[in-house]
Amino acid sequence: MILKPRLEDVKIIGFYLGKIILGLALTMVVPIILGLALKETNPTLDFLIGIEISFIFGLLLTTLCRTEKDLSWMQGMIVVSLSWLAAMLLGAIPLYLSGHWKSYLDACFEAMSGFATTGLTLVQDLDHLSYTHNLWRHLITFIGGQGIAIVALSLFVKGASGAFRMYVGEARDERLLPNVVNTARFIWLISFVYLILGTLSLGIAGISIGMRPGNAFFHGACIFMAGFDTAGFAPQTQNMLYYHSLIFELVTIVIMLVGALNFNFHYQLWIGNRKEVFKNIESRAFFISIMLTFLIAAISLNQLGVYPQALALFRKGFFQLVSGHTTTGYATIYAKQFITEWGDLGLVALICAMGLGGCACSTAGGIKMLRIGIIFKALLEDIKKIILPERAIVVQKFHHIKEIFLEDKQVRGALLITLAYLVLYGFGTLVGMFYGYPFLESLFESTSAAANVGFSCGITDVNMPSFLKVTYIFQMWAGRLEFMSVFTLLGFFVAILRGKR
Amino acid sequence: MKKPTFLISFLVFFTLAISCYAQPVSSTELINNAKLYDGKIVNYEGEVIGDIMKRGDYAWVNVNDGVNAIGIWINTALLRDIGFTGSYKSVGDGIEATGVFRRACPEHGGDLDIHAQSIRKTGAGRQMQERLNIDKRNQVFIFLGIIGLIWISKLLRAK
Repeated sequence: MILKPRLEDVKIIGFYLGKIILGLALTMVVPIILGLALKETNPTLDFLIGIEISFIFGLLLTTLCRTEKDLSWMQGMIVVSLSWLAAMLLGAIPLYLSGHWKSYLDACFEAMSGFATTGLTLVQDLDHLSYTHNLWRHLITFIGGQGIAIVALSLFVKGASGAFRMYVGEARDERLLPNVVNTARFIWLISFVYLILGTLSLGIAGISIGMRPGNAFFHGACIFMAGFDTAGFAPQTQNMLYYHSLIFELVTIVIMLVGALNFNFHYQLWIGNRKEVFKNIESRAFFISIMLTFLIAAISLNQLGVYPQALALFRKGFFQLVSGHTTTGYATIYAKQFITEWGDLGLVALICAMGLGGCACSTAGGIKMLRIGIIFKALLEDIKKIILPERAIVVQKFHHIKEIFLEDKQVRGALLITLAYLVLYGFGTLVGMFYGYPFLESLFESTSAAANVGFSCGITDVNMPSFLKVTYIFQMWAGRLEFMSVFTLLGFFVAILRGKR
Repeated sequence: MKKPTFLISFLVFFTLAISCYAQPVSSTELINNAKLYDGKIVNYEGEVIGDIMKRGDYAWVNVNDGVNAIGIWINTALLRDIGFTGSYKSVGDGIEATGVFRRACPEHGGDLDIHAQSIRKTGAGRQMQERLNIDKRNQVFIFLGIIGLIWISKLLRAK
């Protein structure tokens, strides 16, 4: 029997949602400061309106739903899924006011794409967008990559159990430190250290390739944020092709790979355990998967004679492959070139790389390497059981921070989430095909949205059907949160409609 | 065919062929049919945007035709006329570049680019004067007032 949610449930959800909205509102201070510094008056006003509306909603919710109670599992999951929708709706306000997005839906698409670290874009005339708005586009990838609830965890939430529930709701189930609030703060610490290093590296690279110093460091910060958080937004229309630079691309490859690694790796490196990177099931699976998919893509590109020189194959083939596999979506070719030049085999290799994604507990999307490793180990175990005598006891282990015995529960969990991703990829493909797009292009775009990659083969466009835009928004949201909190929210709505008192 | 007639026909055909290529080609046309245009001399017109990135005697100039931007590899001696590049606060100079189009340039790591042989300035760029949007300013004050009311009611509730 489904029970109808009580008013108390709604109040607790509303209160914590209000806190997260207040946290989000505070992040708009950053573009406001930049707008004031650069004397971009109207963009600053856009963000003042955005921050005020966010404060109004945040204050109303925290006042009307005031409570001292901690979150239950169900409430935590719902707060997380709703907070991402709230972030999209509120984060889109300054974007829409800029006039660079044709409709509020397009601005919402952009905001969800940013927060979910996807990188698909519907911006118009990006090359004339203000620095203030451009910073916001990249800042939301930085916030979304670390996790919207983590912002609130670091700032507002006191209760440890409720905090952990929100942390898990954002597809993070690994605690780096015993306390989840400290874990959240450590994730921010790592991210800020990398932000400084990455911005400096890209800024210096930018100056060396002829950019003006101010612009070089602004681009450096933006490219770092959207690269480390595997989002793929860039400040100019041409994305990474704007820079025409091998050095810039090499630095970006490193940043994308670092961003796609498990935060637990970073913690292990931080405490001096460098061996973990070589022993861990995820890093091994990630390396093998990148090499295999690149091999397939390279065969296709070579057969078709797309990039005759080795350097071109590296800068176009390998760069795109790493960008897709880390679910970043930075591109050094134009969207249509995937379709007109890469060939079916090359596209399939790239789609596989995008669908598999980066590491668990990272900023990357997709199925994740830990799950792929676990499924592979389970397959090995089953093969061993068939080959070995019936009385033999087969025990399978894997290394992930520590030695872990493979259990059916882990395999079931990995397979369920993998299945959910495959269904999500398929759903977007069907909707794309319904609107008349070819199968492979629909699959490419759908996988890109659901795995939070951001590559486009040309379907994502301001003129695409509204329902397709909504479908991709849903895919980006569900893909980023890895389904559980989205399913809980759907269940909550069903309980409101059909539950019994 | 008599010689003068043949010559006239050839000249007419040649002039027509040249004039076809003399028409600026859009970025969409170039990107979607990159193999067709690969290695050919094209005219490409648009607004100079972002940074002019100098690399020795040459520079990268990114030119946006309203849909996409394409990188133009150009001798710095040809850049003297360019004064403005497009950004939030300025409209870039309009140029028409004539040069060799490359689908995957062997000199530049496979970039889709144009190696310009000549450029012609087609429009003058300018600084943009930003006018204060009064409606937005008023909205800021209205929402500020609403926040004030909520804040006061919150304080009253707390008492």
